[in-house]
Amino acid sequence: MSEHTDDQKPAAAESDAGDSARDSDRNVEREMRRLSRRSFLWGGAAAALGAGSLGWLATRRADDGIPWPLRRSLEINEQLARDYFRNRRMALTFPRELAKDPRANGDIGLEDKLDAASWRLTVQGLAESDERNSDDDLELTLDQIKALPRVEMVTELKCIEGWSTVVHWAGARFADFINAYEPTTQSGKSPDPQKRPEDLVRYVSLETEDGSYYVGLEMESALHSQTLLCYEMNGAPLTAEHGAPLRLVIPVKYGIKNIKRIGTIRFTDRRPADYWAERGYDWYAGH
Amino acid sequence: MKRLEKKHPLAIRWFHWVNFPVLSVMIWSGMLIYWANDVYRIGFGSVTLFKFFPEWFYSALNFSHRLADGMAWHFFFMWFFAVNGLLYVLYTAISGEWRELLPNRHSLREAIQVTLYDLHLSKVHPPPRKFNGAQQIAYTSIIVMGVGSLLTGLAIYKPVQFAWLTSLLGGYEWARFIHFWLTMGYVAFFFVHVAQVIKAGWNNFRAMVTGYEIVSVKEAPPQEVGQ
Repeated sequence: MSEHTDDQKPAAAESDAGDSARDSDRNVEREMRRLSRRSFLWGGAAAALGAGSLGWLATRRADDGIPWPLRRSLEINEQLARDYFRNRRMALTFPRELAKDPRANGDIGLEDKLDAASWRLTVQGLAESDERNSDDDLELTLDQIKALPRVEMVTELKCIEGWSTVVHWAGARFADFINAYEPTTQSGKSPDPQKRPEDLVRYVSLETEDGSYYVGLEMESALHSQTLLCYEMNGAPLTAEHGAPLRLVIPVKYGIKNIKRIGTIRFTDRRPADYWAERGYDWYAGH
Repeated sequence: MKRLEKKHPLAIRWFHWVNFPVLSVMIWSGMLIYWANDVYRIGFGSVTLFKFFPEWFYSALNFSHRLADGMAWHFFFMWFFAVNGLLYVLYTAISGEWRELLPNRHSLREAIQVTLYDLHLSKVHPPPRKFNGAQQIAYTSIIVMGVGSLLTGLAIYKPVQFAWLTSLLGGYEWARFIHFWLTMGYVAFFFVHVAQVIKAGWNNFRAMVTGYEIVSVKEAPPQEVGQ
């Protein structure tokens, strides 16, 4: 491409009107050749630079499955998304008639046969001030989760693959769970999830009973009022393939974060590992 | 008698040529994403005339099982696509180039005339202007489509934070559907565009690189040319 600007005139423009038409034509052709040479050299250099950059980008050392500059770019997108995120913005809700059974997509962590009677939810990272927090981790039964206020909602489960299904869920708000079982804080002061949610540790880690599937959430998304610890789907208790006895439903995230058959919830200030983020996906995966 | 005539400003040439590889990467990475839920087709009821896309197509282009890759590239290059497009729109608005580009009340009639002429159905030559009616409509539509891609893209990228936009576009699934068909629109545009450029010839193509075109004039060239 030419570096000429509009106010620069090609030399041919200054040809004397007295020149013969043939001379003038030759000058025009010569000038065009000069312009073309410059422009195509520029264009070629730019194309080479572009192709080189793409090649460089594609061959960078992998950071959790993708070239590291792309990983950095996902992290920057995450920061922008988190700045824009507001807990008052709600996922669309739908009439109950539209609810359907979603595809049972992920089965990692669901292989072992579930023993509903012996299932316990282990909770780690609770505040010191919490008297229930002895040396051992807190263990909760399903009934203790069900004792929290019951919430029903009809939202769209959006799989990262691109499909979505409207589902009717029932469970306890994760925010209510946090109010009942308070996480540690960054400041070390006693937690106040309602008045000072920003002081809570920054992340939540959730794992299946066998630990083979695990997701990380930032606290903002965990505290969203549509984030549920869910025990019923479409009017019936969760089936094994949909995450019995307790799963996460989090409409501000892709389906991959909606972990099934939760065994452990851990509040932490360190960014938790995430199964799919280790396999090339965005850690944030947020909507 | 020949003379050089300025045709395309430097800025527009850059926007055009930067957009080409950037949009190519967006379409390629979009295909890697689409593969994971390739539900669109041309058909009615149980009759499918064409499925987007057949297996051989994915395997020939190595599009299979690369969703994570696709998303990582898509969400990086989206910024270049958006910024380049925005700068182009700002430039055309401020420089006054929009006067040549925006369709007017004659454009549609002229576009039909151009189409008939190109299909050898009419012998009426299109008016020798910088952009004829067909071009005005095409080059403006492609910008509107670009805006559409950004909006539908945002609606499926952040469907909760931009729930109002997602709703406006008919919901998450409609937004994805529109996003896909806009992309097919770019591909169609590309083939027609390249065919037209080949047909218009070297002098026209060269003008998109150098900015200048050689034009034939009957009388002696005036002193002030090349403006």
